Amino acid sequence: MSETMILIGGRSSSQGTSLCAGKLGTEYVEVSSTLEMNVEDMARLGLKDNDRVRVRSATGEIVVRCKGRAAKDLPSGLLFIAYGPLSSALMDGDTAGSGMPLSKNIEVQIEPAA
Amino acid sequence: MLRIVNGRVYDPANGVDGEVRDVCIADGRIVADVAPEAGRIDARGMAVMPGGVDMHCHIAGSKVNLARKLQPEDHRDDVLARTAVTRSGVGGTVPSTFTTGYRYAMLGYTTAMEAAVPPIFARHTLEELHDTPIIDKGFYALMGNNVLLFKLLEKGRREEFRNAVAWLLCASKAYTAKLVNPGGDEAWKGRRNANVTQLDEKIESFDLTPRQVIGALIEAVDELGLPHPAHIHCNNLGHSGNFETTLETMRIADGHRAHITHIQFHSYGQVAGKSSSEPTSKAREIADYVNTHPNISADVGQVMFGKATAMTADAPLGYMLSRLTKGKWINADAEHESGCGIVPFTYQDRVYTHALQWAIGLELFLMAKDPWRMVLSTDHPNGGSFMSYPKLIRLLMDREFRKQEMAKINPRALRETALADGLDREYTMSEIAIITRAGPARLLGLARKGHLGVGADADITIYEEQDDKEAMFATARYVIKDGQLIIEDHEIRADHEGRVLHVAPEHDPAIAEVVRAFFEDYYSIRFENYPVDDSYLGKHEQVPTRQQAAAVPTASESSAADH
Amino acid sequence: MSANTRVVRNATCTFCGCVCDDMHLTVDDDTHKIVKAENACVLGRAWFKEHGIEQRPQALIEGREASTEEAIEAAARILADARFPMIYGLSDTTCEAQRQAVAIADMIGGNIDTTTSVCHGPSGMAFQAVGESTATLGEIRNRADLVIFWGGNPAESHPRLFTRYSVTAKGMYIPNGKKDRTVVLVDVRRTPSAAVADIFVQVKPRRDFEVLWALRALVKGRHVDPAIDQLTGVPLATLEDLAARMKACRFGALMFGMGLSMTRGRHFNSGALLALASDLNQYTHFVAKPVRGHGNVTGADNVVSWQTGFPFGVNMSRGYPRFSPGEFTTVDVLSRGEADAALIVAADPGSNFPQAAIDHLRRIPVIVLDPKETHTSRLAKVAITTSTYGINVGGTVYRMDDVPITLRPALPSPYPSDESVLKRIRERVGELIGGKRIPAMERIGVAA
Repeated sequence: MSETMILIGGRSSSQGTSLCAGKLGTEYVEVSSTLEMNVEDMARLGLKDNDRVRVRSATGEIVVRCKGRAAKDLPSGLLFIAYGPLSSALMDGDTAGSGMPLSKNIEVQIEPAA
Repeated sequence: MLRIVNGRVYDPANGVDGEVRDVCIADGRIVADVAPEAGRIDARGMAVMPGGVDMHCHIAGSKVNLARKLQPEDHRDDVLARTAVTRSGVGGTVPSTFTTGYRYAMLGYTTAMEAAVPPIFARHTLEELHDTPIIDKGFYALMGNNVLLFKLLEKGRREEFRNAVAWLLCASKAYTAKLVNPGGDEAWKGRRNANVTQLDEKIESFDLTPRQVIGALIEAVDELGLPHPAHIHCNNLGHSGNFETTLETMRIADGHRAHITHIQFHSYGQVAGKSSSEPTSKAREIADYVNTHPNISADVGQVMFGKATAMTADAPLGYMLSRLTKGKWINADAEHESGCGIVPFTYQDRVYTHALQWAIGLELFLMAKDPWRMVLSTDHPNGGSFMSYPKLIRLLMDREFRKQEMAKINPRALRETALADGLDREYTMSEIAIITRAGPARLLGLARKGHLGVGADADITIYEEQDDKEAMFATARYVIKDGQLIIEDHEIRADHEGRVLHVAPEHDPAIAEVVRAFFEDYYSIRFENYPVDDSYLGKHEQVPTRQQAAAVPTASESSAADH
Repeated sequence: MSANTRVVRNATCTFCGCVCDDMHLTVDDDTHKIVKAENACVLGRAWFKEHGIEQRPQALIEGREASTEEAIEAAARILADARFPMIYGLSDTTCEAQRQAVAIADMIGGNIDTTTSVCHGPSGMAFQAVGESTATLGEIRNRADLVIFWGGNPAESHPRLFTRYSVTAKGMYIPNGKKDRTVVLVDVRRTPSAAVADIFVQVKPRRDFEVLWALRALVKGRHVDPAIDQLTGVPLATLEDLAARMKACRFGALMFGMGLSMTRGRHFNSGALLALASDLNQYTHFVAKPVRGHGNVTGADNVVSWQTGFPFGVNMSRGYPRFSPGEFTTVDVLSRGEADAALIVAADPGSNFPQAAIDHLRRIPVIVLDPKETHTSRLAKVAITTSTYGINVGGTVYRMDDVPITLRPALPSPYPSDESVLKRIRERVGELIGGKRIPAMERIGVAA
C-alpha cells in the first residue's frame, strides 16, 4: 500500500535549538526523525500521529514517526522532515556535476511500517 | 649589511640621474657606508632604482574579492604553482592575494595602495592585505557618499564634520579620504538608479551638492594635515563632455592640495551638436590645468588593450558598462557608505572609444610638464592589469614602438588626438623613475620611500638594462625590501611581511558620541563593533600628519613612527 | 545563577548567517555557563546556553583518550602520508582558522572545500555566470519597500532576519517598519514564515525555475503562456501582479534559500533568481541575497576565494589551485572513493552527507576538530576537542552580506581553538614533508 510522494528536508526551529545541545542528544534525534504529513494523506494510508512509516528513495530507506499537518500548511503529496542523519540517508550521492546532492523534493515511496 | 656596486643609480628625488655609484644598506635603511665585509651585489649593466610605488590600484577587500570570485575563467589560464617559499595562487586581472604581492614584487614594486574601501569593510581589506606578501600597503577610505558626513555637512556642522572624518580614518586604519562620484549613491539607491551629473545639483534627500561635499572633504583633509590629500574620482566618469566636470572639480580645490585619480577617464570632450555618445579628447585642456596648478596632482589611469575588470565604487558607472557588455555584472551597496559596480571588460584597439581612451592617456603623459604630479597608473584592473606597466613604460620611452602601436588602433580615434601630431617626446629613465616611484611616494607624503638617500627605507629594485624597455621592466633582477634580499636572479628567495601604512589624525574624542547616535538609529552593526582593532594591522607604520610630524623634536625619520 | 556573574556586551551570535552582533551575554563564572543572552532569538539562546564548558576528553585516537599533542601528531602523520588528502567544513569557525586550513591544503597538495558546496555552492556557481546585484543588510532594512523570500523559512531558520534586518525592522526610509513594506513569501508549502507575508505564493515542487523564468519574461514585457498555471501551480495573474509590484517598488530585495539550491535545477534556479534581480535594475533598484546558513560560511567563501581565487571545491594536487564543482566538491570526492584521508573542521558530514560519502569516510583515516561529539567524530580516527568560536574563542567572521565582525568571546575554555590546533598541525606537517611536497609516485613522462 505504498504511495509516491515528494520529501522536503529542511531546517526547523526545534531542529536548530536541539542541534545546539548536540546531534547525538535525544531531542535532536527525535526532531529529526519526525515526518510531517498531510492529514488527508495520513487518513488515506490509515495512519495516526506517531505511527511508524517506512520512507524509501532510490538510495536508501528509513523508518520514522509521522505527524499530521493541515492541508493549508502542507499540500497533499508533500512530506517534510527536519535535516538529520535520517533525511540524509535518502539522498543520492550523485550531484550531477554540481557538488550538491539533491536534499529537497526527493521522490520517495511511503507506507506504514510495523 | 649590503653594498650594491657598479649599478647606474636613478634617484631623481636626490638629483641622481644614471650615475654609477654605490648604494649601501644596513638595518633596513639606506646608509652612507657599510663595512668592507658587507654582502655585495654587482649591478654592472643594471639600473638601480627605489622600489616602485603604485598609488592607485584595487587589490584587496570586499569589492576585489567579488570580482575575483566572479571570474574563474580568468584564473584557470594563469596559475602560479607554490614553491618552497611561496604560496600557490592564480592570476588574471584580479589575482589571488599571494599572487598579487609576488607579482608586484617581481615587477620591482614595493608599495601599493588599495584605492577604495568603505569603512564598514575595512577589516576585510586588512585581512587580504595581510595575505598580500612582500609589499608595503594601505588603503583609502570612501567618504564622498557617507550619509553621516552628509548629515553633518548639510547642517553646517563643519567642526564635527572634520572630527568625524578623522574618527573614520582612525577607526578604519585608512590612509586618506577617497571620493568616488560624490553624491551619486543616494540617487542610485534611493531614486531608482538615477545618478548625479551636475556639481551643483541637489544630492537626493540632502540639502547638499557634490560641489559642497568635494570642497568640504578637500578642506577637512588639509586641516587634518594628512600626508596625502583628498583622492578624487570625479563625477561623470566615462561620459562624453566630462572634462568640464573635471576642470570644475579641480577649481573647487582653490589652492588646497587635491589628487584627481585616473584622470584619463575624465578628459573627454563631446562632438558639438551630436548626441553624447561620441567622445573626443580634451587631454590638452586637462594637462594644461594640471601643469599650471601646483596644488593639483593626478595619476593617469591609462587604458591598455586586452582584458580588464571594471571594479569601482561608482555603481551607476558599473551599471552603464554592464548594459554595454550585456554580460555578467555585480552591484553591491554598502549601507551609508558606498556603492560598487563590477564588470569584466575588454579594451580593443579597433573600437573608437577604447582607442581614444588609450590615446588620451598617452597624450596626458606626453603633455605633462611636471612628472611629479602626473604619475603612472592603469587604475588596476579598471584600465588594465598592473602586469601591463612594463609595456606602458615602453610606450612612453620608445617613440618608434609607440608609433607602431598607434598604427594598429582605430584611425579615426587617433586623428581625434594630438598623438600623431608631433607628440614625440620620449620619457627618460629619470622621468620613469619619477612617475613610478619618486612622484607617487612624494604625493603620498611617504618621506622614506621613492628615493635612495640616506635614511630612506631600503626598498630597492635593480633591473637589467635592455633596449627593449618592456622586457627590462617586466622582471626585476633583484628586489630588496626593508634591507632583505627578496628577489635574486628574477626569483623570489624569501617571503616577507610588508607594513600597513595608515594615519591617525588628532580629533576631538567627543565626536564618537555623535557617530554612536547615528549608528544606533541606522546601521545594522553595533557602533562598538565598527572600529578595527590594532590586531588587524600586523606590521604597520602610522604615518604622521603635518601636526604630528611638527611635534616630534628631531627632523630625521623618528623611530616613534615605526612599528 | 550564582552571584559571580558578569556581562559581555555586543558579543556576536554565530549560529546562523545573520551573525547578530548585539548580544549582551550574562556569564556565570562559577558554573562556566552563559545564563542569559539579551537580544538573542530562540536559536541564539540555545546556541549560547548549550555551549558551556563540557567535560570531554582532549582528544580521542581510535576511540582511546589521548592528549591534544598526541592527536596533533597523529593527524599530521595522516595528512603527510596521504596522496589525496581532503579538508572540509570550516563554516563554523573563524577566518583565522580557515586561513590555516587553506595553508595546509596548499602545503600538502590537498583538496579544500567548505560546507558551501552543499549549501549555496550552486548560488556561487550561478554568481560566476550571471553576477549579482546585492546590498548589505542595513540597506535592506533602511530602504526595502518590497521584500520577497523565496525557498526559505526564516521564521524558523533565521528569526532575526525578519526582526532586525528586514520585515518588521524600522529604517531610515522605512519609518513604520512592516507597514511601509510589502512582504512576499514563495515556497512549496506554507511555513510559519507565511505569518508575516502579505502575499504567499505556492509553487509546485521542482518548478521554481519555470516560475522565475516566467517572471523574467513578464518583467521584460514578454508574453507568458497561461499554461504556466498547470505547470507550476501559480496562476498567470499572480505572476503578472508580482512582476508589476517588482517593477513599481522603490527598492526591492529577493532573499533566497535552500529551496532553490538543493532541488532540481540547483544553480540554474539560483541563476534565474539572480538574473531576475539584475534585470529589474532597468526599472528600479533591486537586490538579491542568498540567505547563508552557518555563522561563518561567508567567511569561508571569502578566505578560500582570496587565497586561491575560487570559493569552494578547490584542489591543489598539481601545486596550484584548480576549481571544479562536481569534481573537487566533497560529496563527490567521497562518494567516488577518491580521498584517502580527510580533515573535517567544524562540520558534521557523518550526519548530513549521502550514504555513499559516509561509507567512504568510514574507510579512510579521518581527523575531526569539533567542540562536541558528532556522528563524524564517532567515525573519526583522530577526534580533537576544540573550543567554540564566538563563545570561547575570538577571531573574525563574515555576516551573510560580507560585513566582517570581530568576535567577543565570553567564556574561556580549557580546549584549544581550531586555529591553534590547525597551526600546529600545519607546522608539524611542514616538518614531516620537509617543506615541500614530494609525492612518492613515479613521474608520468610529462614535461614539467
